[in-house]
Amino acid sequence: MIIGIPRESLAGETRVAATPATVGQLLKLGYSVVVESGAGDLSSFSDAAYVEAGADIGSAAQALSADIVLKVNAPDDGEIAALKDGATLVSLISPGLKPELVDKLATRPITVLAMDAVPRISRAQSLDVLSSMANIAGYRAVVEAAHAFGRFFTGQVTAAGKVPPAKVLVVGAGVAGLAAIGAAGSLGAVVRATDPRPEVADQVASLGGEYVSVDPNAGEVSATGYAKEMGDDYKAREAALYAELAQDVDIIITTALIPGRPAPRIITADMVAAMKAGSVIVDMAAANGGNVEGTVKDQAIVTDNGVTIIGYTDLAGRLPAQASQLYGTNLVNLLKLLTPEKDGQVVLNFDDVVQRGVTVVRDGEITWPPPPVQVSAAPAAQPAAAPAVSKTKEPMTTARRLGITFGAAAVLFLLIAASPAALQVHLTVFALAIVIGYYVIGHVHHALHTPLMSVTNAISGIIVVGALLQIGHDNTPITVLAGVAILLASINVFGGFAVTRRMLAMFSRS
Amino acid sequence: MFNAETITNIANAAYVVAALLFILALAGLSKHETSKAGNAFGMAGMGVALIATIVLAINHKIEPLGLALLIGAMAVGAAIGLWRAKVVEMTGMPELIALLHSFVGLAAVLVGWSGYLHAEYDPNSQGALELAKEGMLGIHSAEVFIGVFIGAVTFTGSIVANLKLSAKIKSAPLMLPGKNFLNVGSLVLFVALTVWFCISPNLWLLVGVTVLALLLGWHLVASIGGGDMPVVVSMLNSYSGWAAAASGFLLSNDLLIITGALVGSSGAYLSYIMCKAMNRSFISVIAGGFGIEAGPAEDKDYGEHREITAEGAAEMLASASSVIITPGYGMAVAQAQYGVADLTRKLRDKGVTVRFGIHPVAGRLPGHMNVLLAEAKVPYDIVLEMDEINDDFDDTDVVLVIGANDTVNPAASEDPGSPIAGMPVLTVWNANNVIVFKRSMASGYAGVQNPLFFRDNSQMLFGDARDRVNDILAAL
Repeated sequence: MIIGIPRESLAGETRVAATPATVGQLLKLGYSVVVESGAGDLSSFSDAAYVEAGADIGSAAQALSADIVLKVNAPDDGEIAALKDGATLVSLISPGLKPELVDKLATRPITVLAMDAVPRISRAQSLDVLSSMANIAGYRAVVEAAHAFGRFFTGQVTAAGKVPPAKVLVVGAGVAGLAAIGAAGSLGAVVRATDPRPEVADQVASLGGEYVSVDPNAGEVSATGYAKEMGDDYKAREAALYAELAQDVDIIITTALIPGRPAPRIITADMVAAMKAGSVIVDMAAANGGNVEGTVKDQAIVTDNGVTIIGYTDLAGRLPAQASQLYGTNLVNLLKLLTPEKDGQVVLNFDDVVQRGVTVVRDGEITWPPPPVQVSAAPAAQPAAAPAVSKTKEPMTTARRLGITFGAAAVLFLLIAASPAALQVHLTVFALAIVIGYYVIGHVHHALHTPLMSVTNAISGIIVVGALLQIGHDNTPITVLAGVAILLASINVFGGFAVTRRMLAMFSRS
Repeated sequence: MFNAETITNIANAAYVVAALLFILALAGLSKHETSKAGNAFGMAGMGVALIATIVLAINHKIEPLGLALLIGAMAVGAAIGLWRAKVVEMTGMPELIALLHSFVGLAAVLVGWSGYLHAEYDPNSQGALELAKEGMLGIHSAEVFIGVFIGAVTFTGSIVANLKLSAKIKSAPLMLPGKNFLNVGSLVLFVALTVWFCISPNLWLLVGVTVLALLLGWHLVASIGGGDMPVVVSMLNSYSGWAAAASGFLLSNDLLIITGALVGSSGAYLSYIMCKAMNRSFISVIAGGFGIEAGPAEDKDYGEHREITAEGAAEMLASASSVIITPGYGMAVAQAQYGVADLTRKLRDKGVTVRFGIHPVAGRLPGHMNVLLAEAKVPYDIVLEMDEINDDFDDTDVVLVIGANDTVNPAASEDPGSPIAGMPVLTVWNANNVIVFKRSMASGYAGVQNPLFFRDNSQMLFGDARDRVNDILAAL
């Protein structure tokens, strides 16, 4: 089958659905690829680069009439008409927010897969464009903020005085928020983050940020991985917190989105007015209405009190080469799922929840919305203690310990009491030596256990003493046996100490 | 000059000094800094003991031929021992130690036989009469018998351990029908024979118990799977100590008793540590438990594994800030430890924190991995035990699992039905990324598949470990 990569028709779009690198991967799956001439220009991928990767260059019509059409943005009417019957179209659709687009697509006998409808499960992470684009957007948001901000992000102590680090607040710790936290942190800022889901606290901390909770008890653990809209009481507390934070921080980056609903208003005009002059706000939800009062879509404005509010909606597109590469890789991963035999034939399997979830239209029939998918087993229930087999014995009770000690002492007592005098001394020495051995051996460093074994082996060659005392007293069989015993034991003694010395010499400190 | 009694007193005093030096030798091994001094103390103690004994022997009027034989035997033994110590490879250390234990066992048997020939063999011999006067004849017989028994068990047991470790015989456990009965039955028979021997010493009884013990030693160790050899070697170390102590009783020599007891405790303690580290009871190991439980091969679908190339691994390592390497014996078998040491040095020069995590039962002897890493010149202060490092995996960027399988298997803590359930393991999956070096996806010794390979943050690096490590070094 042929894959067509048309140039994006949406005004201002810089991305392209395939890069020379992903073209190579598509070819490995058995497809042939046609790229519209100039499709990758705005992402710095020339036609020549595509040809070198193995693709053909064609016209718009050729790209759109391929068996499979891969796009970034949803097709306009002209593009829908240019698709051939039985084609498969893969692009961003937003089926939940654009039902009329879905209807239009269903008028053609085609199959449409929406890259922004991938279920949020671990297995599908490699296909998830919302994550990959949000990651880029979060990073770019920090870059835009730093560009507009008048001071360093990092703190410094210089001869010309001390420069404090910038304080950054990131609202929402999803993919975009975490990317922003990471980028701001690596620029050296002091980063705080808020999110209604308490389970993200660890993720925030792992990137070097500090999680600030609105109320330690109010947050709900989410079952789908998305945040829900919160109740009014929570909102009042939240507003108070933001008002307090707004006066303190230099940069605010908001990322709060609710699937299928307008973005929640988090930062009010009063909070913006309370910010210091020179502060910067990046509202990443500008496309869905904005989290900040005063955001102007696609523009950066400056308020009366000198606060810059950035409302760009194409943050990911501002890094077109990166965004195209990641988007293209997401598409390749989707096609890997759809091409199990690697023979260039698409096989759409509705038993796979991922494939079912992304399919919006199949052969002209609307298949949206799909049945809901359970995201992750873990956070739904309270973390129950795992029923791990614990074979660890309980520590001995004092009574038991005393009992064993007294028992052993009694046995020893009887043994020594019943033995003749000559033996008693030996038994005493024996018992004491065992106790000493136990305590001394217990302190040996674990790394030295092998040298310990070889040195105790050498020491156990002490049996040579026994043989030495037996040899050469006018009894030939004994002398012979003792001679052999001396030979064997000497091997142990000399060899054992020598090999221990060799091993100990190898250990060195860094 | 000195009369006989004075010399005996001096010799006894020297023995006490030797015993103290041996105790200091073991104490010295508690830290790396004092370990070499400890070894020196051990050598000094042995030197003192030997000199004192030779003086004593001369005092007891040893024949000149006997003295010549003594010195000759010692010289030959020393030459063999020093030569073997010089040429042995560290990967061959477990086999060597097992072999050396067998020597002590055999020596103890010979000493026991000599003791018998000196006394009980001829009831009218001087030795027998002296003992009878002290009322010690029966006890002496018991000591001889016990000494020979322990020595013979140690001898054949250690030989079998040596053959298994050097892969000259199969490592799978020998499963004779009623094997537990055979072992326990032998012990019961031994006790019965001992009582009989004490009442009426008889050469054939001694021969019989020697043969019985040789067979028991062989059967005991042959029934234990190759994977449990580390515990067995520690156990045999312990037995060789008790054999020496038994010889000490029969010769009334306190130095032998003390030293034997020290060595016996040492082996017992090490065996205990290893069993705790595997979360299995000592009895189950000795009874050869591990081999039987390898259950039916599972059909459970674990999912897919991800592969990575050496170049990809090098990239991951270069951008990491903290790395932990968890080696297993497989790394040493592949002779990859030198490459790993170079890799460690290169990463540390770049400012990456590199540490090693060693599981207690990694390797074929307790502490074996540490010695192998030391041989490759890895500094010992970055080589940590499982307990010291297990909490740090959460903060680690990359973990390299090289030649280890069961010791990093999550099934041990998550799957109660697994043959290795309950065993403490290195929790490598808590790190951000895990790279597993493996030849293929085949399962390891226990036949247990390892769910670690199928986790989202794990990637497999296939091929010979040494080649892959060298590839990574080239790509870094």
